[in-house]
Amino acid sequence: MSAHRSTGRAWLRFYIVAYVVFLYLPIAIIPIFSFNNSIQAAFPLSGFTLEWYGSLLNNENLHRAFTTSLIVGFSAAFLATTIGVTVGYMEVAGGDRVSRIISSMARLPILIPGVIVGIALLILVNLAGLGPSRIAIVLGHTLVALPTAVVIMRGRFLALPKSFSEVAMDLGAHEWTTFRRIVLPLAAPAIASSFMLSFLTSFDEFIVAFFLSGTEPTLPLFVWGQLRFPKALPSVMALGSVILLASIVIATAAEIIRRRGAPVYDLPVTAKGNLPIS
Amino acid sequence: MSVSAETDHSIPAASDRRRRLFQFGMSAPGALATSVLVLFALGIVLFLSFRTNDGSLLGSGFTVGNFASALSDPLYATVILRSLTIAGLVTLATVVTAYPVAYYLAFHAGKHRGLLLFIVTLPFWTSYLLRVFAWKVVLAYNGVLNSALLNTGITSEPILAFLNTPAAVVVTLAHAYAAFAILPIYVALENVPKSLIEAAEDLGARPFSIFRRIILPISMPGVLGAGLVVFVPTVGDYVTPALVGGPSSTLIGSMIQAQFGKANDWPFGAALSVIVMLVILAVVVAARFADKHFGSRT
Repeated sequence: MSAHRSTGRAWLRFYIVAYVVFLYLPIAIIPIFSFNNSIQAAFPLSGFTLEWYGSLLNNENLHRAFTTSLIVGFSAAFLATTIGVTVGYMEVAGGDRVSRIISSMARLPILIPGVIVGIALLILVNLAGLGPSRIAIVLGHTLVALPTAVVIMRGRFLALPKSFSEVAMDLGAHEWTTFRRIVLPLAAPAIASSFMLSFLTSFDEFIVAFFLSGTEPTLPLFVWGQLRFPKALPSVMALGSVILLASIVIATAAEIIRRRGAPVYDLPVTAKGNLPIS
Repeated sequence: MSVSAETDHSIPAASDRRRRLFQFGMSAPGALATSVLVLFALGIVLFLSFRTNDGSLLGSGFTVGNFASALSDPLYATVILRSLTIAGLVTLATVVTAYPVAYYLAFHAGKHRGLLLFIVTLPFWTSYLLRVFAWKVVLAYNGVLNSALLNTGITSEPILAFLNTPAAVVVTLAHAYAAFAILPIYVALENVPKSLIEAAEDLGARPFSIFRRIILPISMPGVLGAGLVVFVPTVGDYVTPALVGGPSSTLIGSMIQAQFGKANDWPFGAALSVIVMLVILAVVVAARFADKHFGSRT
């Protein structure tokens, strides 16, 4: 019986390894061929080159797209995190019905396909007279990043012992003082983590931005535009490798900060209570 | 900081006002964002879906014609059915392949749990567009997979059948949303009381019946949640069909996108969006129903 069980466990371990390989192998293709000395992405590798990375250095349009992505990413991360902090706090500390409804609605975008978020906001920004623009993308990405921000912040506030703020209130501190001097500092790692992951969500987002960009494309939209040209393929691989590296560094940093700040809960997204339906 | 609780009681009006101001200020950002970006934005989509396209932003008149033509034209029926089939297959594939990973994480990962959890969720934070693009490169006629097969002598000619097939869409989407499915299942498995498993073992239950009669039912809410978070983005996807799917695998998301682009019929695109949202609503309701009747009874 125990031999039976240990072969089962060995199979399971083998499966996990195969699964991780399946997850990472297609992604690894991009950096591998970004150094390949050929327009065609095919085996055998023909030679090592840094030419494609060099081609990124003096591409004016690419630099503009990068700047746009940074501005949009920071703005959307700021807005999503601000809303995430207030919504999460009001739901956990206040607990009234209105706050709970707002929190559910802030997590609702998980249940809306990106294409519908995109067209809904396209109509909205046209109605508001803004039209497709950087501001329009910021609004779209705030909405897309909102569920993640709310889930992270509410998880953190739930993990904070209630006694901390109760003590502050008993000593005469008002809500605002308690929030600013007690709650915010204790939640700082989660706030940083939420900001970074919201930034990353925006930085990599394509589906919604596609509808909302005017004359200023973001980085993923720039990549999309390049996909039409077979000759640009190796440069896209080089750019893609840089973007992948940036994403991995930011996500890892966010994870480290979050773990330092709160060993109590260890799941960032899609975790417990994430779905507004339950 | 010399204000005591007693002085608070002596000026209840001022303190109450401050409290209300605080609550108002803290509620305002969320209330504003959700009412404008979620409620109002979805509201106008619904409104627009009942308008006639006259080239203006909000159309004119009132009509159910958009829904009538969407539901009567066999082209749209085919595409909607295909979207449901592909999204269903992707959801099934993702959840079934993710389950053992979540199971291992919950019961056997030991001290490596945090690291492994991070490894399997990290791809989720990389660019979705790049992940789909990677599959295009892998599956292309002169691409990575074909050239690897040729080089190793497994095949003598490139296989055409990889790219531009519905199968390519299923594989690409299942890969793109794999990380989505692991977390909810893992969280649900974490909630399985260890004492229950031990009791079953003591009573002589075999590992498989422990899994089938205890672990699986208790983890069902996680499985349904995982299915939902994979189904929603895949049913509306338009990037993957465009990059790896070819014309025979156009999905409803591509159709919506076209109405707001080339076809320039926003009210009709809005009607298609409303139909997709209704389908998702039906799936959510079905998932809740399934959860209540076949899932955990705890």
